[in-house]
Amino acid sequence: MTEMRMKVNGSVESLDVEPWVSLLDALRDRLGVTGPKKGCDQGACGACTVLVDGMRINACLALAVQYDGREITTIEGVAHPLQEAFVRHDGFQCGYCTPGQICSAIGMLAEYEAGMPSAVTESPGLDEAEIRERMSGNLCRCGAYNGIVDAIMDVTGR
Amino acid sequence: MSIDYVKPEQATGTTRYVGQAVDRVDGTAKTSGQARFAAEFPYPDLAHAALVHATIARGRITAIDTAAARVVHGVVDVLTHENAPAMKPAPKMSMLNLGSIASSSSVNYLATDEVHWNGQPVAVVVAETVETARYAASLVAPTYQELPAAVDFATEKHNAVPEKKGNPLLEGGADKGDATAALAAAPVSVDLEFSTPQYNHNAIEPHATTAVWDGDHLTLHDSTQNIGWVRKHLAQRFGVPEKSIRILSPFVGGGFGGKGRAWPGTLLAVLAARATGRAVRLALTREGVYHTVGGRTPSTQRVALGADAQGRLTAIVHTSVSRIARVGGLPEPVTTATHHLYAVPNIHLSHEVVELDLLTNTFMRAPGEAIGTFALESAIDELAWELGMDPIELRLRNEPERDPVSGKSFTQRMLREAYARGAERFGWRDRDPRPGVMRDGRWLVGMGVATAFRGSIHMPVHVTVRLGADGKLVVRCALHEIGMGTATAQAQIAADEMGVPLESVRVEYGDSELPRGVGAIGSAQTASAAASVLAACAKLRKAVLALAPPGSPLRGRRIEELEARDGGLHHRDGGQTYTEILTAAGRDHLEVEHKPTMLGFLARTVRDSRRWVKATTGAQFCEVRVDPDTGEVRVSRWLGVFDLGTVINARTAASQLRGGIVMGIGMALSEQTLIDHRTGRIMNPSLAEYHVPVHADIPHIDIDYLNEPDPTMPLGLHGIGEVSITGAAAAVANAVRHATGKRVRDLPITLDKLL
Amino acid sequence: MRPFAYVKPVDVETAVLAAAKPGAKFLGGGTNLVDLMREGIERPDTVVDVTGLPFDTVDELPGGGLRIGAMVRNSALAADPRVRARYPVLSQALLCGASGQLRNMATVGGNLLQRTRCPYFYDTAAACNKREPGSGCDALDGFNRGCAILGVSESCIATHPSDMCVALAALDAVVEVRGADGTRRIPLTDFHRLPGDTPEIETTLAPGDLVTAVELPPVAAGSRYRKVRDRASYAFALVSVAAALRVSDGIVTEVRLALGGVAPKPWRAREAERLLVGGPADEASFRRAAEAELAAATLRPDNAFKVALAASTVVATLRMLSTEGASR
Repeated sequence: MTEMRMKVNGSVESLDVEPWVSLLDALRDRLGVTGPKKGCDQGACGACTVLVDGMRINACLALAVQYDGREITTIEGVAHPLQEAFVRHDGFQCGYCTPGQICSAIGMLAEYEAGMPSAVTESPGLDEAEIRERMSGNLCRCGAYNGIVDAIMDVTGR
Repeated sequence: MSIDYVKPEQATGTTRYVGQAVDRVDGTAKTSGQARFAAEFPYPDLAHAALVHATIARGRITAIDTAAARVVHGVVDVLTHENAPAMKPAPKMSMLNLGSIASSSSVNYLATDEVHWNGQPVAVVVAETVETARYAASLVAPTYQELPAAVDFATEKHNAVPEKKGNPLLEGGADKGDATAALAAAPVSVDLEFSTPQYNHNAIEPHATTAVWDGDHLTLHDSTQNIGWVRKHLAQRFGVPEKSIRILSPFVGGGFGGKGRAWPGTLLAVLAARATGRAVRLALTREGVYHTVGGRTPSTQRVALGADAQGRLTAIVHTSVSRIARVGGLPEPVTTATHHLYAVPNIHLSHEVVELDLLTNTFMRAPGEAIGTFALESAIDELAWELGMDPIELRLRNEPERDPVSGKSFTQRMLREAYARGAERFGWRDRDPRPGVMRDGRWLVGMGVATAFRGSIHMPVHVTVRLGADGKLVVRCALHEIGMGTATAQAQIAADEMGVPLESVRVEYGDSELPRGVGAIGSAQTASAAASVLAACAKLRKAVLALAPPGSPLRGRRIEELEARDGGLHHRDGGQTYTEILTAAGRDHLEVEHKPTMLGFLARTVRDSRRWVKATTGAQFCEVRVDPDTGEVRVSRWLGVFDLGTVINARTAASQLRGGIVMGIGMALSEQTLIDHRTGRIMNPSLAEYHVPVHADIPHIDIDYLNEPDPTMPLGLHGIGEVSITGAAAAVANAVRHATGKRVRDLPITLDKLL
Repeated sequence: MRPFAYVKPVDVETAVLAAAKPGAKFLGGGTNLVDLMREGIERPDTVVDVTGLPFDTVDELPGGGLRIGAMVRNSALAADPRVRARYPVLSQALLCGASGQLRNMATVGGNLLQRTRCPYFYDTAAACNKREPGSGCDALDGFNRGCAILGVSESCIATHPSDMCVALAALDAVVEVRGADGTRRIPLTDFHRLPGDTPEIETTLAPGDLVTAVELPPVAAGSRYRKVRDRASYAFALVSVAAALRVSDGIVTEVRLALGGVAPKPWRAREAERLLVGGPADEASFRRAAEAELAAATLRPDNAFKVALAASTVVATLRMLSTEGASR
């Protein structure tokens, strides 16, 4: 067991975890923070996306012990215009990938503001093609991709 | 035409919510992380289970060594066929036993040493943590005696036999005229073989169950889209009365048919909870979903079309081979759409099925039509090339007035309108009919169309509606929310029927304690529930009127004269609010129910099915770009114009229709389940290697619908969960054909097929 | 996953010492190793987390090259303005890999040591000489659409899945390694091994060797990365091409070409380069060179298309470089 502390959605949590416990399982099973979802447990769907010190990662491939002392934000700790925009534009159906989509979009917007390029970057401006490429790590089997892109465009004022 | 549902005597108010783009009532729960799914309910003594999957396709377990697993710290128990408590065998499939239809296979797990498919659960490890359970499961070591197995569809399909007459709800073969002779005599014809691979649903929530026994009472949090059937099935397997099982499924993370039956994970979670006396959670791994939850059958299909020089069809032959498993599965009704789409005098439709030593197949979004329309609508397109005719014109020329096989009427059929509107909106006239000449820079551009078709059914549903003296309405029914916006749509309907604000309506669902609902399957839920909500609201209005106190302007009125609006009943000479009426009557609330009988329902279904063909249809328009160097295909534009009857919620309906198209694009371009021909093992049991479309694969999808009520359906509405995947793959294939000149007949259209 | 001990050293000496023990494994971002441990494919006794080591900067080298710390995250490297300006092929390759989330986690060192995505490697029930030496190779007669066509052996046809490494191979990158005996420098093209009879040995690293940095020499030619896959994003390469090209008066004066998705290691296309230099920068010579490079391909039924695809992708990439000059 390793003793570790994380700030999760603003509150400091101390926990003892074995080193093989993922950040996702630590959040969901140990801390009861079930907003981040387990869709594949292998970094292939993005449902587990959380923000670590503001940066988006897949919590399923993160060992919790590697994140000792870090600040984790899950959907439960998010208060962002995107959430309302997702409702308005119907950026989800079943809702299972939604926490990951929203956390990912928040991280993605921060990356964009910081000048991070993407595989489709050709001109300045966060257009639909840019959003689609940058959000491709978040699968939605219900196929709500249009609504998600519209919601993101909406909050970026485009 | 019967007018079962559009009731002239009905005192409904002006429509305010039906048809509008209303926000989902559970939107905030889903965007804030508050929506809890089946693996997210804590119990103080919760243990976690993990499955051990067989690694052979067929044989017997000669020994199973659990010693290494048992000594892992934190392991509670290891259940195998040697020590697991017995479940009752799966009931024999019967249409009269819904619990048997829920059965996902005939295998009685952990009851015998037999292995029936590669991936079958052969042991369950229960442990204190999910990590321990999974690790210990990896240490369980079965030894097998292998038996010969038939696992490869490509080689075994030659052993297929004609489908047995089975499920009366599924359309089988058909013969009309002499298709063979007409085909031979036709001046223009095509005769093509198609194939489609196995597809898997891949709901992003893997199947999960939390099972808690309290004596003989079972509480189950389960990711099911079919509470009623699964409960019946569990009652039969565990020998307890149905009423002692409570299934709670308020949120389910997608289903698409894959959560419609009782799969081994659910059964084994319940079994493990009973064996250990603990609350047990079994959340399948993604790989575990592939190994224990069936997908869509692969198929090979032959479509042969004969036509005269003017493009009038003279013959259709559509035959298919699909597979089931030796231990169960449903024959896929591949040619269903071909029964209904084209006016042609000579028709031959047939299905053959081969039994394999694989996991059972199951229904997946539009079983039958999804893959059947790929072949049929590709062949129609190819015939248009042969004729040198516009593919829309060819379809319109063969649009039937009556159902081609049965001669019955269509309750509604507006494909002509759908194509006309779609062609205009999509800019079809800008399409250069020659293949391979339209360009966007280096990209080859192609445009294709295809017809969508999905039969429409509905089922009896029991609802209660409660009106409080505070004017609030509660609709209760064990419905499912797997993404379609169930509660939102029914709340809209109830709000309109009672003339109350949407915010005053609460829909309770996802709980087997509620009045019996219907599975979220077969696009049946919305219409089924709507019929009963309408009936219950009509009763409720009458009950309210009966309470009108002396002196009320409603007193002595007939219900037909009244309008439900502004939170009450109103006559042109005045009205009263529900609150006023109930308060004056000293009533805290009024509650009514509508509980149609299965017998009455069946009688009406049979009567209806003799008279009519009911279906949703649509025209799918697809534009693709193909890289001439690499063969990469990108869908660049899409329009679907659908004939769906009344649309309840413009926003959620558009989302659901888009969702089917997205799945259709995946089906067309990238999805396939790879089953090793030697071992029967699924070799891409992961979202990294089974390629569902990602954001970058999906352009803006334009959705339009005709919004003409079907007079034979409640509120004129049809279910819309499946129709939009039909025709989608053919529209892509037809667009690729236009862009490249190449006809790809085996899905998915991966780039290697275009090099 | 199998239980293991976890250590997080803060200096390189301790890290190398800890990893020299049998059964030890370095952990970077975890995006590959954690997955493989969960699948039971990697079963280390000790995991040595090296993300605390001070190798997380990109620094200038004298003469215009760059030194990239092994702990630099993929996203940070892709966004580095110097990388974007001088080595666009590298930035593009990184951005074509995985997803935004994974690139934020994955390290340069970890990316070098990525393991194959061959389905038979991933399924512990299958025969795989790489995972279980001597067990056989189920890919030979199984699903091998994604498998390699160059540099393969009868014991293994798995590909190396990295995009970044393909760009590094084209750029003549040098890997700096710290081992028990001090620091070594290994050209990237010699870093990965071909399978031969020992596909389980994938690199020239000795036990305990820690990748500390990657050095890039200056490159004057314009460069570009082209990845071809089954989805528009978030999928491994069927074929990828990293190319750098300089053309003077219609004649190729400098070319660097590496292929991904076709070989057990990032494949530097030396033969194609040899044929191209000094010749005309036109489509016919591009194709001739690509086809010469691929002439030695060993094909399986499912992956035979990769010859045509790789040739076309090489041609398309060189065409683009020759017509546009240096990419952005």
